[in-house]
Amino acid sequence: MSYTIDGWELVIGLEVHAQVTSQAKLFSGAATAFGAAPNSQVSFVDAGMPGMLPVINGECVAQAVRTGLGLNAEIHLWSRFDRKNYFYADLPQGYQISQFAHPIVGKGEVEITLADGSTKTIGITRLHLEQDAGKSLHDQHAAKSFIDLNRSGVALMEIVSEPDMRSPEEAGAYLTKLRQIMRYLGTCDGNMDEGSLRADVNVSVRKPGEGFRTRCEVKNVNSIRFVMQAVEAEARRQIEVWESGGTVEQETRLFDTGRGVTRSMRSKEDAHDYRYFPDPDLPPLVFTQDFVDGLKAGLPELPDARRARYVAMGLSPYDAHVLTLEKDTAVFFEEVAQGRDAKLAANWVTGDYFAALNRLKRDVSDSPVSARHLGRLLDLIADGTISGKIAKDVFEIMLEADEDPAAIVESRGLKQVKDTGAIEAAADAVLAANADKVAEFRSGKDKLFGFFIGQVMKAMQGKGNPALVNEVLKAKLQG
Amino acid sequence: MLTELTVAGALKALKSGETNAVELAEAHLRAIEALNPRLNAYVTLHAEQTLDAARESDARKQRGALEGIPLGLKDLFCTEGVRTTAGSKILGNFVPPYESTVTAKLKAAGAVSLGKLNLDEFAMGSTNSNSAHGPTINPWSSDNRKLVPGGSSGASAAAVAARLAPGTMATDTGGSIRQPAAFCGVAGIKPTYGRVSRWGIIAYASSLDQAGPMARTVEDCAILLREMAGHDPKDSTSADVPVPDFATACGRSVKGMRIGVPAEYRLEGLSPEIARVWDQGLEWLKEAGAEIVPISLPHTKHALATYYIVAPAEASSNLARYDGVRYGLRVAGQGDGLNDLYERSRAAGFGAEVQRRILIGTYVLSAGYYEAYYLKAQKLRALIRRDFEQAWESCDAILTPATPTAAFALDDQPSDPVTMYLNDVFTITANLAGIPGISVPAGLSAEGLPLGLQILGRPFEEESLFAAGAALERAANFTAKPGMVA
Amino acid sequence: MSLDAETVKRVARLARLRVEENEIPGLQAELNGILGWVEQLQSVDTEGVEPLAGGNPGGASLPWREDRVSDGGKVDEVLANAPDREGDYFGVPKVVE
Ligand SMILES: [Mg+2]
Ligand SMILES: [Zn+2]
Repeated sequence: MSYTIDGWELVIGLEVHAQVTSQAKLFSGAATAFGAAPNSQVSFVDAGMPGMLPVINGECVAQAVRTGLGLNAEIHLWSRFDRKNYFYADLPQGYQISQFAHPIVGKGEVEITLADGSTKTIGITRLHLEQDAGKSLHDQHAAKSFIDLNRSGVALMEIVSEPDMRSPEEAGAYLTKLRQIMRYLGTCDGNMDEGSLRADVNVSVRKPGEGFRTRCEVKNVNSIRFVMQAVEAEARRQIEVWESGGTVEQETRLFDTGRGVTRSMRSKEDAHDYRYFPDPDLPPLVFTQDFVDGLKAGLPELPDARRARYVAMGLSPYDAHVLTLEKDTAVFFEEVAQGRDAKLAANWVTGDYFAALNRLKRDVSDSPVSARHLGRLLDLIADGTISGKIAKDVFEIMLEADEDPAAIVESRGLKQVKDTGAIEAAADAVLAANADKVAEFRSGKDKLFGFFIGQVMKAMQGKGNPALVNEVLKAKLQG
Repeated sequence: MLTELTVAGALKALKSGETNAVELAEAHLRAIEALNPRLNAYVTLHAEQTLDAARESDARKQRGALEGIPLGLKDLFCTEGVRTTAGSKILGNFVPPYESTVTAKLKAAGAVSLGKLNLDEFAMGSTNSNSAHGPTINPWSSDNRKLVPGGSSGASAAAVAARLAPGTMATDTGGSIRQPAAFCGVAGIKPTYGRVSRWGIIAYASSLDQAGPMARTVEDCAILLREMAGHDPKDSTSADVPVPDFATACGRSVKGMRIGVPAEYRLEGLSPEIARVWDQGLEWLKEAGAEIVPISLPHTKHALATYYIVAPAEASSNLARYDGVRYGLRVAGQGDGLNDLYERSRAAGFGAEVQRRILIGTYVLSAGYYEAYYLKAQKLRALIRRDFEQAWESCDAILTPATPTAAFALDDQPSDPVTMYLNDVFTITANLAGIPGISVPAGLSAEGLPLGLQILGRPFEEESLFAAGAALERAANFTAKPGMVA
Repeated sequence: MSLDAETVKRVARLARLRVEENEIPGLQAELNGILGWVEQLQSVDTEGVEPLAGGNPGGASLPWREDRVSDGGKVDEVLANAPDREGDYFGVPKVVE
């Protein structure tokens, strides 16, 4: 069943602005770090001073190519920078340098995974490099706005999708996937709180089977949750307009996160006319297929490939999906699973370990337990040193101080008892104390076997080797 | 007289100890003091700074290639700590916290700045009368007839002609070095696009702008260009090619050089004086052993129209940064705060010609007109370049007049912009094609005003221009001096 | 193509140049003069001609800079020429989005 609202189908496309991970800006040597003092990361180029000229940062080019490869997209060996001309307080040159006519990356695609486990392919129209603008602060002064140019000139990748999404969930999954790919690649940190990833959401609605109707663009939505909310809010607004006999006007809107509605941006009486033309300060951007191949060879394993590998290792598709969402998690899991039973490792990581992270409000990059120690805990279970049940107790102790589990087991005397004599003694005591139950068992009440196991384990404070306890009891009860 | 020394002559005199940098600077500062009030060539002077630099130069043990040479700078070069105006009100009292690559290189070579020279606002003009600082007067003027020095580097040419500097730095977007050089009887070269860094030079039209020197001899231009030129990693259009010793080329023979004569430059209505000087120049080169070959540059006739689309388009974008926010003039807005501030500041800060070109440029790039105007002009530009590429198959350099007329009177200026634009008809193709061009004084008009010839060459073959230019110079033996001279 | 008064106003607005009503006819005439003159280009056959954008003869491509922080940290120089410096910011009349 496809997603509809009151019989209307949604058509969604995203333009995502992703900040390129780089030390310096796209066309200057000023730093890109977040949160610096105002105007402290500004070169004369970024401030649009007279006579200043841009020179491109090669790493930003490489990052765009890596991202293009990660999106299975065409890489253009020849591309060009154009000027997008408009006046704005935080646009120092009076134009943004962008790639309008000839982007560095062309058509590509990504596969998204939905909650029901199904997948869908979303087309990528293009990816191009451009400069970010500065920042206007409106709340510092009653009558003035303040301009900080630290962001001016920071490299952005604008990634434009095809209008292939049909529900808020798909839009959210698409943005999640883009973010995941770029974080794996190390080309964008995906930090939406810091504005490293922003989405312009294009939404229209239609009756199933129709062509496209007018779309509206909801600008600068800065979280995945808000993207999903904005899609739904804007779709509902448009449906209301159509159903009340009106016409949706093509326009740019903003999402009011407080009220959960979109509103029109202040009227654009001078309809934008960006007068794009090739930037005469910048000859074409040209590189070789060898350069692309070199970057390709150096790419890390991407989430889709990793997930497939995990499934081949015996994990469920769900566990494989969960473990590959974040690269840090996958790396952690692999260290735990290295040379061990992958399924057991996955159960521990997605089970007790994730639960602990949740409870402690920590994450993998700030893990309370090292992957090495968690792996050794699994070894102790596998070689019978401790039972799975004791392992849970050991794990709790490990959360407090990331100690070697073997040392914990040793110092606290949690080692499994494999001494048959000790087990026999404990079993004899239990059988003697429960002569009535022994009789019942022998008269056919097999179910009581579990009771005897429990009693023996309890007597041995959980340290009895389960297989031996089982064996000893079986012999004694049948004897 | 120290102000009569050429750059080469001054270098010799400095080396022999006949004079020193302070004496040279003082002589020029005195000349400026005497004559500048009438010429209005320098718009910013900093005598103390000049003398300090001269003293430092005299004290320097490691001598640079231009050690102690005083130079004037077109006020389009950003100079650290010295007001830079581009001849416009919009820059207000802008004091750059940085130094252009060209002027930094000259300084490093030991040159001493005399001050900043007038120009047409943002280098837009052919008369040097579109300036917030008022017009510069051609030193060839007579008491009752004030002449324009040409433009936009009019003051850079006038200062050299009037002996207010042995050499000056200028820029050329459509002829702004070569046309005023011809009007003032001095030499000037626009190098190949990419030869000289544009970093720190206030942009007019980025794909056409190129800086070059002006001086009284071809050899001086060669000496200065060598110090200005070279690859600059701060300018993405700067060419990474070796810089030869251009001065050596001035002594090179033109024997066997093939000089092209473009049929299309014999414009209808070309003044007989200009035609005569042109023929004379061809004769001189022939006598020096060159071979004269007829060539065709069929798209030349559309070069001006092409230029007046491309240059304003780029300018409309380059000049968008002058908005009263980060530097320069700000006129407080009313009502719609920021947009009104922009509109008032820009209307008050830019002169009429600059506003006209911004409007034209905005229009030809705007939706619906881009293809018809801007894209069409880019295609014409490709054809103009192709014309030259074909010409180089049969010739090594091209000789043309530098200007269609001699200098005209300040109050005789055509009021119609299009007629005014015709001044650049011979020079503009070099900017569109990116090739080098030199202007050399070749004779006098009946009225006794200088006339110049232009030599165009292959990309990065400035040496051919210096060789042919020096040959012309020797033959022409241009010794006339303007009336207003230090 | 010839410009009407409305277009002159629209272009001036795009260029952020304040033009008084009484200046429009003069500007209109001048601009139309220039545009009428450049109209000559339409007569040239440019079929199949690749447009030429940059100034470099013989073609050129972008040189690359290395990814190293080599600039910034000069807030006073950046703000030195500001008509309205507000602390370490540039001040402008309040912008409403
Ligand atoms: Mg967008
Ligand atoms: Zn964008």
